[in-house]
Amino acid sequence: MRIIVRLFASQREALGRSSIDADVPDGSTAASALTFLARAYPALSAGGATLAFAVNREHASSAAVLHEGDELALLPPVAGG
Amino acid sequence: MSTRHFVLTNEPLDEHLATQVISHDGAGGVVTFVGKVRDEARGHKVTLLEYEAYPEMVERVFSDIAAEARKQFPITDIAIHHRVGALEVGDVSVVIAVSAPHRAAAFDACRYAIDRLKHIAPIWKKEHTPDGAVWVDDRP
Repeated sequence: MRIIVRLFASQREALGRSSIDADVPDGSTAASALTFLARAYPALSAGGATLAFAVNREHASSAAVLHEGDELALLPPVAGG
Repeated sequence: MSTRHFVLTNEPLDEHLATQVISHDGAGGVVTFVGKVRDEARGHKVTLLEYEAYPEMVERVFSDIAAEARKQFPITDIAIHHRVGALEVGDVSVVIAVSAPHRAAAFDACRYAIDRLKHIAPIWKKEHTPDGAVWVDDRP
């Protein structure tokens, strides 16, 4: 299924792009999609355990199940303010 | 510059706009927090902070933080404005303004909101120093 992956900060810089139109296995979770994508984009695994997720612009757990057309955001540790 | 309650902008922030948008006749206390770029961090000289956000998500998160604050404290209104882009020392990066009938709730809610923002808002900053640049809290 097709999803859109959004990248920020260190990951955006490491990949040289702010989003990926990705094809991931049906039934993927946020975490399994990341593992799958890291094969094609090894720089994605750099964030590792410190990454948080958002699905369709809401905070989501690593176990959140993705659906066709979802927007999965990989959120490095935040530092606003 | 807009006078909406929840704002993410590339433009310089004016704390008076945030204060105006939350002012009401029944609110006798207004607390405004203004966050500015400091010239040092952890012993390093800072020359520039580069802020980046997830714009489609961040205003919703601000709205969520405001709803949490309203639930916990008897406040009248709250506004959260954040800037992105390249900020120099002394530039204002964030403004939070809270109004309430009485001061205690305004102080408490303002403190709560800035603390929550730092924890959950999808905003990042890259610290530029004379020795190079690094994403804050993004290091091993």
